[in-house]
Parts: sequence; structure tokens; C-alpha cells
Amino acid sequence: MNDQTKTETRPARRDEVALRPPMDIFEDAEGITIEADMPGVAKDRLHVQVEANTLLIEGEVQIDLPETAEALYADVRSTRYSRSFTLSSELQADNIDAALKDGVLRLRIPKQPEQRPRRIEVKT
Amino acid sequence: MFGTFAGFPGTFLNDLTRLQRELDESLGGWPYAAELRSPGRGAWPPLNIGSTPERVDVYLFAPGLDPSRLDISLQQNLLSIAGERRIERTGDVRRYRNERFSGEFRRTVTLPDDVDPDRVDASYRDGVLHVSVERREAAKPRRITVS
Repeated sequence: MNDQTKTETRPARRDEVALRPPMDIFEDAEGITIEADMPGVAKDRLHVQVEANTLLIEGEVQIDLPETAEALYADVRSTRYSRSFTLSSELQADNIDAALKDGVLRLRIPKQPEQRPRRIEVKT
Repeated sequence: MFGTFAGFPGTFLNDLTRLQRELDESLGGWPYAAELRSPGRGAWPPLNIGSTPERVDVYLFAPGLDPSRLDISLQQNLLSIAGERRIERTGDVRRYRNERFSGEFRRTVTLPDDVDPDRVDASYRDGVLHVSVERREAAKPRRITVS
């Protein structure tokens, strides 16, 4: 425990187990919205990328803790967040909007215009 | 029967016991009894406490809050942080995941005995509340010279 807390001001180690940020995901007619809790992540430590059809959300926690600090208690045992999703083709992967405020990431993924649902009238 | 298993070094049960003990140790629990006010696993918001001879730093990982509406109190060495994060989940949307915490919360932790309740500092950045409490002078280690 001590080791992990002490590294909180240093770059995250690659072998460190990443935290899985809790998320709300919802869809409306125009697109899908993801809201993720990533406390401790500043804008320059956030990494959102789309490769092939995979959306990868990563972030690094940075908090000011004296190097000599000893951990008395720790619920959070990692300094890295990571979570990924596959994107289906009706989404505009190249048009994702991201906003980060107070440790909450909000991603907006619009649908392709032609994929937006049309109401299908049933003829009687 | 299980006692026999536990007796051999490196056996399955023994490894499990060791693992459990290491986990408990890293939680700061073993071999001490759990604190009365400590919550079960998965309490929100998660928090970390770091300690130096000069001060004790508490970090509360509570994103998306209005820090001015937090209720933070320190009575002797008992730190209590309460607040509310209400997530509106209404509207004409199809919801797939609702994993984020919504509602009222309170977390109470016992800090070391020598903290000074009159010298507390709190700040909120990137969704982390940082409460820093100075320790009393007497508690700082002093170098004792042998004459």
C-alpha cells in the first residue's frame, strides 16, 4: 500500500492494475453520451482515442502528496484509469466531443445522419 | 482437516491465507481490529490518507461536486465529510449503464491523535477534495543528542 500511494505524484507504472471508471451511458435520437467518473485526472492527463472501431478512455491520477508521505489508508490503489468499448459503424467515431470538468468526463458520440431513427408509419 | 492443509508451507490453503493476510495488511487492517466507523467495501467516495511528520493529508475522490456545498467537520481528530451528488436520470433517452454514484454520502475517518483541528486546509481540484491537517509541534520527531 505504501508504495502505491508514494508513486501518486510520479508517472504511472505500466504494470499497475488500472482502475475501471464508473460510467453512465445513454442514447438519444442523435447520438450516445458517456459520463465517466475520473477524479484526479487533469485535462493534460486524459487520453481518449479511437483505433479501428475501439474507443479507449485512459487517464492518469495526479495528486500532490509529499514524497515522504506514508499511507495510513487507501481505497484507491492505482493511479491509472482505463476502459474501452467497441463502436458500431452507425456512430461517427471521428466526430467525438469530449469535455472534462471536476473529474467527470463527458463524451458525446453522434450517429451518422442517415442512421438517426425514423419513425416508421404503419399503414392501416 | 483444514488445519492439516494450512500446516504445509506452499499448499493451496496456505497461499490463500497468506494472500488474505497481505490484502488485509495493505488495507491497514491486520492484525488490528477494524475501526468502528470504517465502511464496508465500495463506499463512496473512496478516500486515501497520507501522513508525514508535519501533517496528515486526506484525499476524497469525489468528482462532479460543488465544493461549497460540502459539509466538512473536524472534531478533535475525527474528520467527517458529507455531501450530496444527485444525478438526474430522466429524459427521453435509452439508458444502458447507470454505474455512477447518486445520492447523499458521508464518510468519517479517525486521524492520528496529534492533529491540530485549528490548522486545517481544504481544496478541490479535478474532482478530488484534499483536506490537509497540520500536526502539533510536539508530535514531530526531534533529534536527541547524546552528550
